[in-house]
Amino acid sequence: MDIKKETIASLHDKLVNKDVTAEELANDAINKINANEKKLNTFITVNDKAPEAAKKIDEDGIKGPLSGIPIAFKDNIVTNGIKTTAASKILYNFMPVYSATVLEKLEAAGAVDIGKTNLDEFAMGSSTETSYFDTTVNPWDLSRVPGGSSGGSAAAVAAGEVVAALGTDTGGSIRQPAAFNGIFGIKPTYGRVSRWGVIAFASSLDQVGVLSKRVEDSATVLSAMAGHDDHDSTSSEKPVPDYRADLSKDMSGVKIAVPKEFWHEGTHPEVLENVNKALDAYKKMGATVDEVSLPSLKHAVEVYYVLASSEASSNLQRYDGVRYGFRAKDVKNIKDLFVKSRSEGFGDEVKRRIMLGTFALSAGAYDAYFKKAAEVRTLFINEMNDVLKDYDLIMGPSTTTPAFKIGEKVDDPLAMYMNDILTIPANLAGLPAASVPAGLADGLPVGLQIIGRPFDEQSVFNAAYALQEENKFYEKIPTALKGED
Amino acid sequence: MISKDEILHVAALANLKFEDSEVDSFVSQLDKIVNMESKLSSVDTTGVEPTYNMGDTNTVFREDKGIRTQTREQMLENVPETDNNLIKVPTIVDKEDDE
Repeated sequence: MDIKKETIASLHDKLVNKDVTAEELANDAINKINANEKKLNTFITVNDKAPEAAKKIDEDGIKGPLSGIPIAFKDNIVTNGIKTTAASKILYNFMPVYSATVLEKLEAAGAVDIGKTNLDEFAMGSSTETSYFDTTVNPWDLSRVPGGSSGGSAAAVAAGEVVAALGTDTGGSIRQPAAFNGIFGIKPTYGRVSRWGVIAFASSLDQVGVLSKRVEDSATVLSAMAGHDDHDSTSSEKPVPDYRADLSKDMSGVKIAVPKEFWHEGTHPEVLENVNKALDAYKKMGATVDEVSLPSLKHAVEVYYVLASSEASSNLQRYDGVRYGFRAKDVKNIKDLFVKSRSEGFGDEVKRRIMLGTFALSAGAYDAYFKKAAEVRTLFINEMNDVLKDYDLIMGPSTTTPAFKIGEKVDDPLAMYMNDILTIPANLAGLPAASVPAGLADGLPVGLQIIGRPFDEQSVFNAAYALQEENKFYEKIPTALKGED
Repeated sequence: MISKDEILHVAALANLKFEDSEVDSFVSQLDKIVNMESKLSSVDTTGVEPTYNMGDTNTVFREDKGIRTQTREQMLENVPETDNNLIKVPTIVDKEDDE
């Protein structure tokens, strides 16, 4: 079966009509993953028990829309009894004894966990190149990165290994890989989805979301996993809509704001051309498009790298080689155990972030860096919310360029960080944001970014759906996979 | 400009150690990044409250009732070294410290 041409709804129909069984779907997915793995390296661990779990679902009978549907999970989402590494040596052998709430909810809805996808170590990166388990490759061009940090999830969806995969997004880690792989990806409002069991990177920015070829599939998955969780006090008690049922491509009267600062000077001209084409399409559908200004945007990367690194340095203190994960050998005392386990267990990018964060939080630097960044964050949140008082959505490119070459930026952290400038704003302000395919630039996918009001994921889904139905980008097959099936 | 000594001090705070061969490249990379972050000082934030947390919930209460989570055995499953159902670690108090 060619999963690239299927949706959750079409698979559901086939399951209900007994054209296929959940067990067959699980086996198909595993075969497809294994066949691609040498080329793409999308997974860290494939769940060998998936067909067994799927068989049980077949026996119990197909129920809701996700019943029997294979879904992939980024490997920073803990899964009871399945190795969870965060793509780090320091967790290379970590076997969780409980599952994340998102996984429990999706499994309760009948979804089948097909395995754990590759990512940048601890989700720190924009290319999947910092993974301890080697980089994932972009199915549109095998010499290019799939983006990151949810690069494994994005490439797995683009390659038709699964219809949907979960990712996490701290500064663009769902939207940027979605854009690079020509698929849809949504980071919900901060607090929409429980973070319980998601390996923490930056707790005031992290959020779990979905990547899928079709907008409607992410809508189905998000409704199933969103909502309050007693284990996460930042998860919202607001009721969760049925995003899929309420999906509408009616854009008449929708007010779209386009920040002029998103038209970044370094942005690839063909990226802008595709984004402008999408905005024209919305105008034709009856939406209005106005230019606005977000003057603090130029400081977004600075704010983000201070705050995210500070939170990371605190969150990653727990990795000390004592209770789980990698433990260094030949140590003299407990302090030596901490230092050696951390120094040998963390990769360079993670160490850089821990160092940056420790510096920003240290006596003497705290006020000028950590507190200052938190203040500028407030200014930035106010600017975003002011725009959203008058407009329904903010739009712009998801990234400044299409997928870059493997190795191009990995030794230049600053260039890699600047890459996040367009996706960071939604995380700093906690807003829902998605990337939807807008077209091709030099044969590589370009994403349109759609940012909405807090807890108005529906408007984000709707706008993405309207563009999807207009350009039907999902019919395109990733270049490097052509002639395969 | 961030000095090598400052970097080594921060590394000690973070329980990290760098090989001599890698310190210099780390110093120059971190210097560039901190330099970029320093641009924040140009923003006027007089009277602006910092945002440290997100989310619309503040303090959450629950009934003071015990709940079952993991068993002792489960909690010890991932421990690199155990002894008699306890976590084994190297010397915590050095002999020199005792003297």
